[in-house]
This record gives sequence, structure tokens and C-alpha cells, in this order.
Amino acid sequence: MLDVIASLVNADTALVRRGRFVNTTFLIAIGEADTLFRVQDGRIVNVAPGPFITPDYSFALRATRDVWEKFWQPLPPPGFTDVFALVKQKLMRVEGDLHPFMSNLLYFKDVIASPRQKTSKAGAR
Amino acid sequence: MSPHFEPITGRYLHLDLLGKPHRLYVEEAGSGIPLLCLHTAGSDARQYRGVMNDARVTSNFRVIAFDMPWHGKSSPPAGWQDTEYELGSRDYVRMVVEVADALGLERPVAMGCSIGGRIVLHLAHEHPDRFRALIGLESAAHTEPYYDLSWLNRPDVHGGMVCAGVVSGLVAPTAPSEGRWETLWHYMQSGPGVFKGDLHFYMIDGDIRHRVDEIDIKKCPLYLLTGEYDYSCTAEGTLDIAKRTGAPATIMKGLGHFPMSEDPEKFVGYLLPVLDKIRGL
Repeated sequence: MLDVIASLVNADTALVRRGRFVNTTFLIAIGEADTLFRVQDGRIVNVAPGPFITPDYSFALRATRDVWEKFWQPLPPPGFTDVFALVKQKLMRVEGDLHPFMSNLLYFKDVIASPRQKTSKAGAR
Repeated sequence: MSPHFEPITGRYLHLDLLGKPHRLYVEEAGSGIPLLCLHTAGSDARQYRGVMNDARVTSNFRVIAFDMPWHGKSSPPAGWQDTEYELGSRDYVRMVVEVADALGLERPVAMGCSIGGRIVLHLAHEHPDRFRALIGLESAAHTEPYYDLSWLNRPDVHGGMVCAGVVSGLVAPTAPSEGRWETLWHYMQSGPGVFKGDLHFYMIDGDIRHRVDEIDIKKCPLYLLTGEYDYSCTAEGTLDIAKRTGAPATIMKGLGHFPMSEDPEKFVGYLLPVLDKIRGL
């Protein structure tokens, strides 16, 4: 699912514009599997799958595979529609230097939810 | 489109509120039973414009919504620049009662969402004689903080963007795009620290869990409506109040935390049966 994020984000000119001041690396953990995303001026310029010995990133979002899969459904069930919904239920942990995340929340929320578009298209076929 | 005015009128009301002179922006539309609408934390009375423009509501109800002090087009009290805004339960209850009195409303219906949905529980507990009925939208007796509220007001984070970002997921994923972004626009326009100050009531001071059992819906009928996608005031939280008070509750399909602004048409469909019951009281 993570392999589609870069192409979906970079093709979305409105989303790239929303994130035009974002320059950071963040981590998504699906269970124990870590992936690093390097963002430059709102575009995702590098996706690096782990494992890592010394991963260098600003913030990380960690949840189990089951939680991510529910979150990435085209229409997630109540309680799985948003990162904060997961955090509130302690199904997701957001950790590290949260400043890039919180100061660009509308950008990152759409970046992280972008695989829903892919599952939506797959479901339509 | 031919130019036209909406049936809503807005005026500025000067009154003493909580012992200080205040200037409040008040909108209204319709005639009949007064229906006083209370907006969510960090937003303003514009949230109710869909309701105020719906003739099915305004043909029988005088719908009134005011911007709380510090919100929307209402001013903060003089001297605000040296204070930190923090909404407390006692002041919030007093504010609603004092505004209703200043407007000369006789036993109005009060309808509030989120913090407004919480304060109607306080009103039901403390002032059941003052209201004809109460409608709680997205009512829960308490919500624990689930993120660090200090992010909402600090100079190195855009306040409007972070407030909208925090609440964006509370809008139903099925909401029309226009309603979603109108709702978020209101959040983007909140003054610095206002949303955070409201959340002091929502997440700390306004906890009414220990008094819910004392609410007597025979003294003042209480109706509860909550969107299925609301993860802040959850369906579970609303149904708990319903169970403990006997108040009828409906979980609204396809709606989130801001039903009246994210999808007014759908929301009014849920509101009308409640208003019909209130007309028959």
C-alpha cells in the first residue's frame, strides 16, 4: 500500500501546493515494518523501506497492519476515518518531533490517507 | 444566479455578560418558538446558516444563533489582550441564560453542538425550568484530551491551519466537499487561543459524568442527536447519556461532529422529527 503514496501525492497539484513548505523525513510503521518518506517542497522524493539500524526522521506514525488496512479502506468504518481517531483509541502512536506534522496537519492527513484512492479504484474494477 | 438575500438578519447586541460590557453578534431567521443555537468550540454561529435558511424549520421556529464572546464577529471583552481566554462551566451556563434573558426569550429551546451539546446537559441539570426543551448535538458527558492542546496556540504554528487540521477528521468522510470546507474555514478564522480556551471546558472543566443521573427529563425534555462518524463525542457516549437519563437519542448516519454545517440538508432531516415533538409539548 505504501508504494502508491508517492505517485498519488506528487500527481495531486493542490496537495503538493498545500505542502509547499514541507521539508522533512517521516516514518510509517506497519507493525514492525518501517518505511521512510522524504518530503521536499511538498513532493515525496524518496521512499525507503526498512529495516533500518539508525533511522533518521522527524516523526513516526505506528499502527498494526490490521489498523492501517481499515484506515485505508475507501470508506473506513467509524473510528478509523482519521489519524486522530486512531490516536484517541490508542490504535496509533504518533511520536518524535511533531512540529512538522502539527504545523502541516491538513497536508499530512491527506498524504497518509492517500492510499484510499487506490483501494477505491481497485474496488471499482 | 440571480442576486438574492437570505432570510437571515444579523445585529450587534450590547449587554452586560458575566459582569462585563459585551458586544455580541446575533443572527436570526423565522418566527414561532424561539430556538437558541450554540456553536462548537473555536467556531461561530455561521455553523447554523443551513438550519436558518431551511423553511421547514423557520416556518415554526424563530432560530437564533449568537457568536460567543471572542468568537466570530463578537468582540472579546475590553482588556482581553492581557488575559488568556479559558471557558469554564459556570460562565458558560450563565452566558446562555443571560443572553436568552437579554433577548427576551421566554422558555426557549436551546440546541448546542459539541461544547454546546455538553452545556445543554449542564442547563438540563441546573436550569430545567428556563427551557422548553433542550437538544444536544454530539453530546458526551466528558471527553478526555487525546492530543497536546498547546499545539493550538503557539507562534510557530499557524493557529487557523492547526485548528482546522485537528478537527478535519471529525467531519464525516461522506460529507459534501462544500460543507466540509465551509466548516473548516470557520475554524481557520478563529482568534488565537480561542479554540484551546473552549477546549478547557470540553476536556477539563465541563465534565458532567457524575451528575448525568440527576438530569430529570420530565422537568425539561432532552433530545440527543449524534453523527455516526464523530470520534470525539462518540455514539457510545451519547447512548450512555440516553440510558442514564431516558432521553431519546438518534445516531445520525453519514454525519460527523458538525452535522449542521457539514451537511445541513441531511441534518435537518434528523432535526425535524425532534422539532415536531417539541411543537407538540
